[in-house]
Parts: sequence; structure tokens; C-alpha cells
Amino acid sequence: MLFKISVSNIRRSLRDYAIYFFTLMIGVSIFYVFNAVGTQTALLMVMEGDTRSITELLSTIISNVSVFVAAVLGLLIVYASRYLMKRRSREFALYLLLGMGKAKISLILLLETLIIGIGSLAAGLAAGIGLSQLMSAFVISLFDADMRNYRFTLSVEAVWKTMGYFGVVYFVVMLFNSFIIGKCKLIDLMQSGKRSEKLRLKNVALCVILFFLAAGALGYAYHEVTYAPAGLTAKRMMCMIALGAVATLVIFWSFSGLLLRIATALKGVYFRGLNCFTFRQISSRINTMVLSMTVICLMLFVTICTLSGSFSIRNSLNDNIRTYCPADAMFIYAPDSLGKETMPDELPAPMQTLEDTLEAHFSESEKGYSYGDDDLTMGDFFDLDREVSAWIRSNLTMLDLDVPEVLVTLSDYNALMTLYGIEPLEMGENECVMLCNFEQMTVLRDKVLAKIDSIPVFGHDLKLKYHSCQDGFIEIAIQPLNSGLLVIPDSVAAGQQPRFVYLAGNYAVTDTEARHAEDAALMEAYRSACIELSGAGISYHTQFNTRQDMADAAIGLGALVALVGLYIGMTFLIACGAVLALKQLSEAADSVRYYEMLRKIGAEEKDITRSLYRQAGIFFLLPLLLAAVHSVFGMKFAGVFLTMFGTSGMTASIVTTCAVLLVIYGGYFLITCFGCKSVIRNAG
Amino acid sequence: MQLLKIEQVEKYYGSRSSLTKALNSISFTVDTGEFVAIMGASGSGKTTLLNCISTIDRVTAGHIYLEDTDITTLRGKSLGRFRREKLGFIFQDFNLLDTLTAYENISLALSIQKTPVRNIHEAVENVARQLGISDVLDKYPYQMSGGQKQRVASARAIVTGPKIILADEPTGALDSRSAKLLLERFNYLNMQENATIMMVTHDSFTASYAERVLFIKDGRLFNEIRKGTDSRKQFFDRIIDVVTLLGGDVSDAL
Repeated sequence: MLFKISVSNIRRSLRDYAIYFFTLMIGVSIFYVFNAVGTQTALLMVMEGDTRSITELLSTIISNVSVFVAAVLGLLIVYASRYLMKRRSREFALYLLLGMGKAKISLILLLETLIIGIGSLAAGLAAGIGLSQLMSAFVISLFDADMRNYRFTLSVEAVWKTMGYFGVVYFVVMLFNSFIIGKCKLIDLMQSGKRSEKLRLKNVALCVILFFLAAGALGYAYHEVTYAPAGLTAKRMMCMIALGAVATLVIFWSFSGLLLRIATALKGVYFRGLNCFTFRQISSRINTMVLSMTVICLMLFVTICTLSGSFSIRNSLNDNIRTYCPADAMFIYAPDSLGKETMPDELPAPMQTLEDTLEAHFSESEKGYSYGDDDLTMGDFFDLDREVSAWIRSNLTMLDLDVPEVLVTLSDYNALMTLYGIEPLEMGENECVMLCNFEQMTVLRDKVLAKIDSIPVFGHDLKLKYHSCQDGFIEIAIQPLNSGLLVIPDSVAAGQQPRFVYLAGNYAVTDTEARHAEDAALMEAYRSACIELSGAGISYHTQFNTRQDMADAAIGLGALVALVGLYIGMTFLIACGAVLALKQLSEAADSVRYYEMLRKIGAEEKDITRSLYRQAGIFFLLPLLLAAVHSVFGMKFAGVFLTMFGTSGMTASIVTTCAVLLVIYGGYFLITCFGCKSVIRNAG
Repeated sequence: MQLLKIEQVEKYYGSRSSLTKALNSISFTVDTGEFVAIMGASGSGKTTLLNCISTIDRVTAGHIYLEDTDITTLRGKSLGRFRREKLGFIFQDFNLLDTLTAYENISLALSIQKTPVRNIHEAVENVARQLGISDVLDKYPYQMSGGQKQRVASARAIVTGPKIILADEPTGALDSRSAKLLLERFNYLNMQENATIMMVTHDSFTASYAERVLFIKDGRLFNEIRKGTDSRKQFFDRIIDVVTLLGGDVSDAL
């Protein structure tokens, strides 16, 4: 009997349930698709070395993010089910009046949730398995893998995981529903339909003042994050984010009060067609939606930043490899990683052997040294300007200031640049040039360089050729990571003991296959040398990087970032779209009699539809607009961090972001429009 | 002058196996400036008739002419235009928009007609004066009494200067004092402004304010009485007589 009631309830309120079901389904399928990615990539590609570890890392990160995503989707589902419950208060009241116990009503709801849950889980998994095949193609292109490896995949693990997580979510929803039913009073249920809409009119002056205060606060926060990035500590940054969130809330609150005043003041517009009705509908609803609009706006902001940020990281990582890794392999040796100790006169035997092996494999190579002056540590450099020094010591406490600055002679540097195919540096005797391309460090160093004329190195006062950092590096990397390097004349370093030795070179072979073979051979030689060295009880610091390894890592890292970004972004977008759509649809259902009346007094269907679209449009657009403004500044700020990876792909990534946004958010908007239209039409 | 002509109108509901004749070839005419009440028991077809005249529902057979247009042939856009230009509606449950003030509720009828903004204010003020609601124009529906709400709804119905005002149980949700006030306003509109009013009711007291009452039973015209020179009280007694004759549940409404 109860089961029959549940089924017929679902069938009757199919329209209400449709969007709920749809949202659940998308949630489930996205959850499956991303959780299956790990298994897929592992299956799709012949894995080796770095790529495999990236895939493992990807699986781990996706699982961790999944907990968060499940929480977001869980909240969304609880919210949606509460909304559906509210709409059915009268029905529950009827059950109670007829003498049905609350426990039985809970049971009916339980059954309904169960039916919907199982249905959406099955449909979502089916859609997910289908979508994940598309995803495979995407993953293949992300990892620059071979399309021939494509085959149909089904991740059993992901299926179980999805079922498990959503089982928990549905269970929470059931508990929540039972709790709500147990708590509610019959009188409230009965009267819930007859809402006497009390319009709380807000004080206009207060609204205006608050609006401008909030706008000012936002402007301040924007300014802080955009123009003082290097001077922004994590704590202050959190403050600014909190300020922005509160300001967003206040803006929506005051705007809801102002909107109607502005509209009524424009008599010509207000009293034309259905405008007055449209404005009133919007402003009566905006009041009840201030909080959800704020949350939606902030979620959209995070989504836009995450999506464009992650895509641009991926794009630039792929570009960076070309710029920052101009040699096939590089070997570095030092007694300690920080350059605090000087090199012995002769390299330890295993290292010497390794060096010989490397040189034998390289068709062209360059060997060089870097030096350090214990009287010129990073701290000593920044102490040249008291202001910067004081700021760093109080704010960047994690920076090790006792590390000696890395010094390279002009001839070593230029020789290496010749190998890299980069313009050599020119400078006079007694001059020096600071090279740095790690953005945050560059900003700080530039402040010092602008104020001083010379730097003391090994007792010489070397004049600055440039009063700012120049772009340059000696270590091959996947990102601009050189945090500071001083090029000094050869004569200054004469007689000094070097602290690092490096050897960079190119292979004779050019095809990928052969490079891999070379990489493997050299890596093997490097490992055995290291083991031998450790066995001899010598402490040391070595690094051996190959271009191919780095490229694999970069592609893998880029794909990972893009996938995780897409995962979070899509979940957030779905949550935002679903909340807005649910609200609009249920509001439309509540207002059916208004539209009915408009029709009776002769409003044309076209005008009614337009009014409906405008209402939906405003609610979708308002949070998006503010989020877009937030994002412009948020991304400028993020851009500062992203320069670490380079910002070459920013435009492309913004285009991609817009496309994702348009498809999901726009899709929800269209569904809402058509849904609302059918709601008010069917009733008539 | 003849304004509305109902000609052999039939309206059937249901399927072939269980056919309900809500209107069974009913015919009558209404002249300009008349105040007509239509009475009948529940299920007699009076609301169906009103719905057919107001083009909310379609007739199965027959014709309805307003002035010279056959409104049963109107479709789509011209239907909307017909409703907003020729008809004024008053409903039992007021049907005001809760989110709009009284003023906006009234002006909406005008703005739907695309009346120039500069003419709206004067028209609303005028009609508000006629119905005695000038002082509640800035209030919202939830701040008004039932009687005020119904007068606002009436103002909305007549502000556009319709050919005929259709009222469906306008006093149904009002207490007797508010009902009386409203009906006196109807009388005023009918006498002074020469408005044509057609009102559906099952309440004899309400019907007694009209000058002509049509009785419907089982979808057919059963009887028709005119007030003529009678006082309202005498007319009321005559209505009661017919209602008794009709039998059934109309008398329950007293």
C-alpha cells in the first residue's frame, strides 16, 4: 500500500521530480566519470616511469577531491529534497488529517527517496559509463597519448565507489527527511500553501549606504589582491577573501532593496507591458534568495578561477618545456644542496665515472661551476635595502636567508647559453647581472636592485649593469623557477673553490624511442653511481634530469591539474545550476495562478513567456555577473601565482572556461526556461 | 441596443460513453447597459456559460456574438486582444497579484493594453474614486480587507473601459456588509457609467441587485425575471419564489 502511494506520488509530481532526478543523475555520472579516470589512463597507456606515478597521484587526488565533491553534491541533494518536501506540505497535511502516523509518512518518503535514488543511480551510472568513453578521448589528448590504445573501459572500482558514496548521501537525505517530518506541526503544514506574502520593504537610504560601502570594500579587496601580490601574506589574503564574501552578501541584500526603487522611479519603463509584474516578482524573490545567490556567486567565482587556472597551467606547462628545458639532460653535483660547502679538489670517484659516461653519450655538452660567497647570503642581499629586508623577515619566515647567493662566471654562463641556443650576456669588467625568473622573487629583488648601485662579491664591489632582474637560468626545468643567480666577471671568481658542478648536454639521437633508451641507460648509470657514493659514506647532493622525463612529468602534471580543475568546476556548476533551476521552477509552480490571471485579463502568451524568461535570466545572470567581476581580479591575482607556470595559455584557457560554463550553466538556464514555460502552460 | 447574443450554445464534457451536457442549446441576448444576474444550482452550467462567454472555454456548438464579432471563432492572438479590450473580469477569489500594490494591480490591466504611461495615472485615480479605494492604492493585497480587495479587482476590470464586465460569484468570499458595499458600487457603475455587467451567483440577495435574473437548470434556460419598477426587496422576494420553484440546493444558499 505504502509502496503504491510512493510510486503514484512520484508519477504525479513527475515534473517536480524531473529536475531533481536529472541533477542526481548528472551528479552520479560525473562522480563515476572522474573516479574512473585513474583506471582508464592506466589501461589506455603503456605506462612508464613518471607517467605511471602521475597516474597514481591522479587517482589519489581524485579520490580525495571526491570526498569534497560528494559533500557538495550531498548538500545539494539535501537542499533539493527539502525543497520538494516543502512543496508537498499540503499533501502531508492531508495524510496526517486522515490519521496516518508520522512514522508512516516517513516511510512513504523513504520509499520515494529509495526509488528515486536507485533509479538515478542506475541512470547516472549508465550515463557515466557512456560519458567516460568520451572522457577517454579527452584524457588521451590531455596526456598526448596514442589514440590507437583506445578501447571500451568499465571501472568496477569506480562503480562501487559511486554506489557507496551516493548510498551514504541518500541515507543522510532519508534521515534528514524523517527528522523534518517528525518535527513539523500539522497547522504549519496546512497553512503553508496560503502564504500571505509579507513584503519587507527595506530602508532605501540604508540600502544605498550599504551598497556603496560594500562596493567600496570590494574595490579595496580587489586593489589589495591585485596590486600588492608580493606583499600579500596568506593570512591577509584570507581576510580579503572573507571581506569579499561579506561584501558580496551585502551587495545582493542592498541591491534587492534598491532594484525596485530604481525600477519604480523609471515610470516609462515600469508601467510598460508586464514590466511592473516582472520587477515585482523578481524583487519579491530576490529577498528570499540573498543568501543562496551569494553562495552561488562565490561558487561560480571559484569555478571560473579553478577552470581557467587549471587549463592555463596545463597549456603553459606544455609550452614551458620548450623554453625552460633547452637541453636533453643535465647533471648537477654538490656537497650539499644549499651550496654552503665548497667542492673538494677532485670529484668523488663514482661521480667522475658518471661524468665520463655522460660525456660519452652526449654529442655536445658543456661543463661549468657555480660559486658562493659566505659573506653574500640571500639575507645579506636583501639587507642592502632595509625596508625590503624588514618586510621579508616579518612576513616570509619560511624563506631560508642563510643560503649563499649562487654566483656564475660570465664565461661559464655564456658557454652554457651557446649550448642552449640562447643569446649570450655581455657585461663589462667589474659589472654584474642578476638573473631571476621566479616571479615572486623577481618582485622582491627588483625592489632592492632599484635602490643600490653595487653588490659586494668576494671583496669586490661589482657595479650593477641593470637595476632590475634579467630573465635567465642555468638549470633546465619545466617552469621558470630560477629564484636568483648572479653573473660575475671571471676575474672575481679566480682562486675561489666552486660549490656546484653541472654538466648539460644533448644526445646524438633525435627520435623519441632512442631518446628514451638513452634516458634509461643514463638514469641507470646515475642510480648506480649514487648508490656507490652513499655506500662510501659521503654526503652529497646530486640531480639528474632529462628533457623527456620532464616533458612526461609536465604533460602528466598538466593533465592532472586540468582534470581535477574540471572535476571541481563541473560539480560546482551543476550545484549552482540545479539550485537556481529548482528555485525558479518551484516559484513558477507557486505563481501559476498569477499567470492564469494575466492570461484572463488578456496578456498575450508571448509577453507572459518573455516575462518568465526575464525573471529566470536575472536570477542566472546576477550571480554570474558579480562572479565574473570577482574573477577578473581573482585571476589577475592568480596570474601572479601562475606566472610560476607561465601565463602563455591564458586566453585559450579563458575560452575553454567560457565554453564549459556556457554548456552547463547555460544548459540549466534553458532547462529552467522551458520547464517554467511548461509549468505555467500545463496549468492553464 | 443588443450587445451580447448567445445562440444555441452547447457544451459537452466527457466521452461518448458518459456524456455530460453542461450547456444544452441555450440562447438569450444582453443589451448595452444591462445588469444581468445568472442563477442556478451548483452544476447547472452557469460557470460554464460564463467561461464560454469569456473565451476561457470553448463551446461545442452554437455561436456567441459580442457586438458583431463571433467570439467562438477567435483564435490565438486575437483572443488575447478580445479579452483585454472588450472584457473585464471579476473573480470570486479576487485574483490579485500579491506582489503588486493595488495601484499596480489596476495599472497592469492598462499597461497590458499598451496604454501610454502618461494616461495611466489619471485613469487609475478616476476608477479608484468611483469604487472608493483611493486611500488603499499604495497597499498590498495582504494589507487589505476582502471587500477592498474585491473593489480593487473590480477597478482592474473596469479601468480599461470594457464592453461587458463578467463577474463570477463576486460576493462569494465576502461578508454581508462588504458584499452590500460592492453591489452598490456595481449599481453605481451600471447606472452612472452605463456599464454592462453580467454576474453569476447562487445567492438570491446578490442577484436582487441586478435588474434582470436568468435562471439556469441542467444547462437550459429555466426562467427569466426582470426587476421593472419593483423595489429591491420585492424583487428579492420574487427571486426567492423562483428559487423555491427550481427546488434543489439553491435554497440552501439562503
